[in-house]
Amino acid sequence: MAAPEEPLPPVIYTMENKPIVTCAGDQNLFTSIYPTLSQQLPREPMEWRRSYGRAPKMIHLESNFVQFKEELLPKEGNKALLTFPFLHIYWTECCDTEVYKATVKDDLTKWQNVLKAHSSVDWLIVVVENDAKKKNKTNILPRTSIVDKIRNDFCNKQSDRCVVLSDPLKDSSRTQESWNAFLTKLRTLLLMSFTKNLGKFEDDMRTLREKRTEPGWSFCEYFMVQEELAFVFEMLQQFEDALVQYDELDALFSQYVVNFGAGDGANWLTFFCQPVKSWSGLILRKPIDMEKRELIQRQEATLLDLRSYLFSRQCTLLLFLQRPWEVAQRALELLHSCVQELKLLEVSVPPGALDCWVFLSCLEVLQRIEGCCDRAQIDSNIAHTVGLWSYATEKLKSLGYLCGLVSEKGPNSEDLNRTVDLLAGLGAERPETANTAQSPYKKLKEALSSVEAFEKHYLDLSHATIEMYTSIGRIRSAKFVGKDLAEFYMRKKSPQKAEIYLQGALKTYLAEGWALPITHTRKQLAECQKHLGQTENYLQTSSLLASDYHLTEEQRKYFCQEVLSFAHQQSDSPGHRVVLPMHSFAQLRDLHFDPSNAVVHVGGILSVEITLCSQMPVPVHVEQIAINVHFSIEKNTYRKTAEWLTKHKTSNGIIKFPVETSPFPASQNILPALELYEMFERSPSDNSLNTTGIICRNVHMLLRRQESSSSLEAPSGVALEDGAHMLRCSNVTLEPGANKITFRTQAKEPGTYTLRQLCASVGPVRFVLPHIYPLVQYDVYSQEPQLHVEPLADSLLAGIPQKVKFTVTTGHYTVRNGDSLQLSNAEAMLILCQAENRAVIYSNTREKSSDAALRVQSSDKVTSISLPPAPAYHVIEFELDVLSLPSVPAAGGESDLRGTPEPQRKHKDRQTAGHCMVTTDHKVSIDCPWSIYSTVIALTFSVPFRTTHSLLSTGTRKYVQLCVQNLSELDFQLSDSNLVATGDSTDLQLIPLNTESQQCICSKQPVFFVWELRWTQEPPPALHGQFSIGFSPASEERLSVSLKPYTYEFQVENYFTLYNVKAEIFPPSGMQHCRTGLLCSLEVSITRLSDLLEVDKDEALMESDQCFLTKLMYEVVDNSSNWAVCGKSCGAISMPVAARATHRVRMDVMPLFAGHLPLPDVRLFKYLPHHSAHSSQLDADSWIENDSLSVDRHGDEQSDGGSGRSRGSVHSASSAEHKGLPMPRLQALPTGQVFNSSAGMQVLVLPSQDNHVLEVSVT
Amino acid sequence: MAVCIAVIAKENYPLYIRSTPTENELKFHYMVHTSLDVVDEKISAMGKALVDQRELYLGLLYPTEDYKVYGYVTNSKVKFVMVVDSSNTALRDNEIRSVSAGDWRTTPGWWMFRKLHNSYTDVMCNPFYNPGDRIQSRAFDNMVMSMMIQVC
Repeated sequence: MAAPEEPLPPVIYTMENKPIVTCAGDQNLFTSIYPTLSQQLPREPMEWRRSYGRAPKMIHLESNFVQFKEELLPKEGNKALLTFPFLHIYWTECCDTEVYKATVKDDLTKWQNVLKAHSSVDWLIVVVENDAKKKNKTNILPRTSIVDKIRNDFCNKQSDRCVVLSDPLKDSSRTQESWNAFLTKLRTLLLMSFTKNLGKFEDDMRTLREKRTEPGWSFCEYFMVQEELAFVFEMLQQFEDALVQYDELDALFSQYVVNFGAGDGANWLTFFCQPVKSWSGLILRKPIDMEKRELIQRQEATLLDLRSYLFSRQCTLLLFLQRPWEVAQRALELLHSCVQELKLLEVSVPPGALDCWVFLSCLEVLQRIEGCCDRAQIDSNIAHTVGLWSYATEKLKSLGYLCGLVSEKGPNSEDLNRTVDLLAGLGAERPETANTAQSPYKKLKEALSSVEAFEKHYLDLSHATIEMYTSIGRIRSAKFVGKDLAEFYMRKKSPQKAEIYLQGALKTYLAEGWALPITHTRKQLAECQKHLGQTENYLQTSSLLASDYHLTEEQRKYFCQEVLSFAHQQSDSPGHRVVLPMHSFAQLRDLHFDPSNAVVHVGGILSVEITLCSQMPVPVHVEQIAINVHFSIEKNTYRKTAEWLTKHKTSNGIIKFPVETSPFPASQNILPALELYEMFERSPSDNSLNTTGIICRNVHMLLRRQESSSSLEAPSGVALEDGAHMLRCSNVTLEPGANKITFRTQAKEPGTYTLRQLCASVGPVRFVLPHIYPLVQYDVYSQEPQLHVEPLADSLLAGIPQKVKFTVTTGHYTVRNGDSLQLSNAEAMLILCQAENRAVIYSNTREKSSDAALRVQSSDKVTSISLPPAPAYHVIEFELDVLSLPSVPAAGGESDLRGTPEPQRKHKDRQTAGHCMVTTDHKVSIDCPWSIYSTVIALTFSVPFRTTHSLLSTGTRKYVQLCVQNLSELDFQLSDSNLVATGDSTDLQLIPLNTESQQCICSKQPVFFVWELRWTQEPPPALHGQFSIGFSPASEERLSVSLKPYTYEFQVENYFTLYNVKAEIFPPSGMQHCRTGLLCSLEVSITRLSDLLEVDKDEALMESDQCFLTKLMYEVVDNSSNWAVCGKSCGAISMPVAARATHRVRMDVMPLFAGHLPLPDVRLFKYLPHHSAHSSQLDADSWIENDSLSVDRHGDEQSDGGSGRSRGSVHSASSAEHKGLPMPRLQALPTGQVFNSSAGMQVLVLPSQDNHVLEVSVT
Repeated sequence: MAVCIAVIAKENYPLYIRSTPTENELKFHYMVHTSLDVVDEKISAMGKALVDQRELYLGLLYPTEDYKVYGYVTNSKVKFVMVVDSSNTALRDNEIRSVSAGDWRTTPGWWMFRKLHNSYTDVMCNPFYNPGDRIQSRAFDNMVMSMMIQVC
């Protein structure tokens, strides 16, 4: 590459370039040292500190040593850096002063002058010392003297510019040392020179760049200057810095283009706007494309030339930097920006030329990268290169289309001309690639040569690209390339090959819900399927497209027509059906049942109204719309009751279906909602709950494999069910938008009907909605006729007329005229026949349909109610009055209370009995016309009253008191109270002391009645009384029936008074009144009031001489702690059984308080001796009795305070006796037999005079 | 300056997509859809980075001859994609400079996406908006339109 006019050829084989160092002086000496020098110099790195804040770098220096010539020195203004000598070295071996003075000094001076003339300051004088030489001569001066001389003569203040290299060719430590010092110096000086000269160069360059706005500035010139710098950096192996130079040039150029686009045009840029004549692509196989470089130098380069050259340099540097992937990435950017720049600069480009250029460039870059990487590297960096592959594919495709290589018929003459032109623009193949079989040039040429070759190359590229995209997971990009391929296949009339790509792409778009791509791809697919003759698929795609809102009205109509014309034309094969999914044709919006609870009885009419939203752009006549219904005999009869339905169905009977947004996020509704139901499993034997839980009914939908769910487009997924049960609707015209369609059906078999499929038939085409979801069901039930009888109020009251409601649910039975209910009368319950009884007939949905008079006929045994005629599944309701006759139920309960001696106990019992009413059940058996069996109905009546009686005495006079308690919520009017003594006591007279004959008894209130008992002869031992009282509800004025009175029976025994007990307290002698703290005397007199009576004949009775005695025990107890009883408080006495026999007892008591104090109680017991005959059976009773007594007494004792100690001991003794000895027993006297004449008496007690302690207790 | 702006849900379906030359809508849909490949790639590449350190701006996703596609992903994996005409070099040049300076935040792309993100946040704050539905907000629309017209 020698240029003859240059003194030295610019040797630009970059790698071989080294910074130039000139050598002057002793050439032989240098030649001898050169091998060591050139070997040693790059051995150690040197730190290069750099200006402009650039980071310092370690650098291995190498040099190209050339003989010094004056021509080598650059002239002023020379911009060449590569040929710039960075350092000048003068070599001398002189050690003789004479020789120095004679020749060397002159030579040196001349050398220095030349350098000075070129203002070069980078020089070095090397004095080589050789011991061998020294020894030869004796008059040798010390070495230093020559060096000193030289320093003196030349190195004015720069003594370091002269170095000594001693014995360079020997192998001694001294030599080594000397070498090291020399090399270090050399490197330092070289770097200094670099820094200085490059700095100067950069400054110049920058100055030049700043002039870029001046007219006449040339980018190409500047380019060459900055590239020189890049070369130097590259020479110094500073590839990074070199790359920066090119990047700056790149950016500068780009900026100019942009500015040009913005209207700020630079003159020089017009050079680059020449029409594109050559599009041979990038050339990356040479480090420097000299051809292009020269074009730039001559300012003849086109934009593509410049870009190509620039990129080839960048590529080379990047490859040096081991960054091949950046090459790929930058290449893509470059290609894109070139295309843009050409557009921007409005450069005229023949059609297809750029495509060629891009295609060739892509392949060139790819091959270049492949050339410097191994397979594994390439495979793991597909992401970086695939863009180029794809771009190349795209460009080849457009070339193919341009040159008519894709059409079915092949290229026409015009296409051929164009091809020839394009090929001409490629020029001849470059020598570098001439031997490569797969060079981009050859590929393009071949691809454009014939239809077949194009197809082969295009398919190769496409498949490779798709494969690469797929392998790095860029599925969407792969599908997109696949779609191009499909388009190509369609052009080539091989739709069968196109289909798979279209389906693949469509699947991706559907999965991610991209509406427009879906529509577009579907349109392509439709065409493909039409060519393939896939009727069903085509129809399905067409129907989808017809419903696609992203298409224009015309397009939609076209596809709709495609479907319809198929439906109308095909009639030759009658059995043939085409099943298409419904959702594209029409969408089910809602469904409405009438009756709204979706339950009908057998034979009832059910209507189902659906709203179908037609997706078609035109009205479509549908021959039939059918709903396939699945029938199941539901075992769960509960479901069929109206009660269940009101709970579980939407109140208005409308079921809404979720709007299916077909192209919208498929990913969102990939999974259907969980259909959860409660589940109860009952044991078959006793119907008890075994397990309960929640089940998911659509598990099969949720757990199936995901792939299958994407087969939305596959028509095979829709299976047409053939069921026996169908709801049909014929000849419907579906207008675009919402249509209401009503199905009517008559319910036949009872069970549950599930709506499964919806199917619309247009000719042989069936649009099927395979699953109606959410679940829609209706129920048909059959009901047995039923009779319910229930009270109208909460409870029925006995004794007064009460209303009872009869409900006849006819079920499947039709009530005819003459059908009647036969009620067998219960004895104590009357059915009151009122003049006007009306029955109301309701329909099944509780709507009143009619009412009719009811005829009730009663005979002795049977009441017959003739029912009004009513159709099946209706309800007849009517009310009847019934009256429960009061029987005598209460007496049994009361008799228990009779002997209860203690009034307190009695009181308690009454309380616990509370407000419970006594009830009576009446069973009525009813014969219904629909059954041979009688229905037994129990009605419970409550007695509204409760009565208690008590015996009251005053002396020997006796009274009976009756307390009637109203337990009901009603008020009653009481009348005609009456008490009669039954039994044999005719002698007894009952004198009522009740004044009013009519009395009102309010709810929850008692009323008392009192009778006095009188007798003339000896009173009977027992009184059997029967109390009766008439009652009627207070609110009702007049009742049609006469009511029976309420009765109460009771018995009172031993009511005759035998003893009179009288207690008196006397103040201490000499005092007028009792005083607290002072003992008073209590005198108790017990008087027998009658002679021996029947009642006295018990075991206590003893017969002594001519008179009877009975044993009694008295006891003085003061429960209110007013008195302290001193001494014996109880004792047994023998009482003569004779009238007016009196026994007196005195004892001391002490009042504890002042005031009017009631007297202490005196109790009287019958004292029964131990009786062996009774002991065996009565022991338990007596023990209990005694125990209870003793317990009571113990309680008394404690409350009494300390007064009754002696008594306590008595009882403890007696209780000790319990165990061993036979014990006498105590028996309380019946209340009627003892009359306490001092009951209620009080004694005045004065406070003691000297005791003024007032106790105040504060709590 | 942008010719197409899209908001894409986490599940990769479009929440919003708008382009200025409406006749090329389909092309932009394809382009944005294809760009999701690169978005996915970038997201998975930075998956390991801590959330708070992660840069939401993905930069240039992929260039084509005529357009450049830029991406941005929110922490909830909602993606914003912006297609810019290649002849509009303002974005690109600043981009290169800023990116080489290592500061994303000075890039106009970053700021545009930031604006978009804020507007999207406003949409999400609307109590009547169901997350996952298509965005039909006039305010958002206006903002997007302003970004398409405005010359940066």
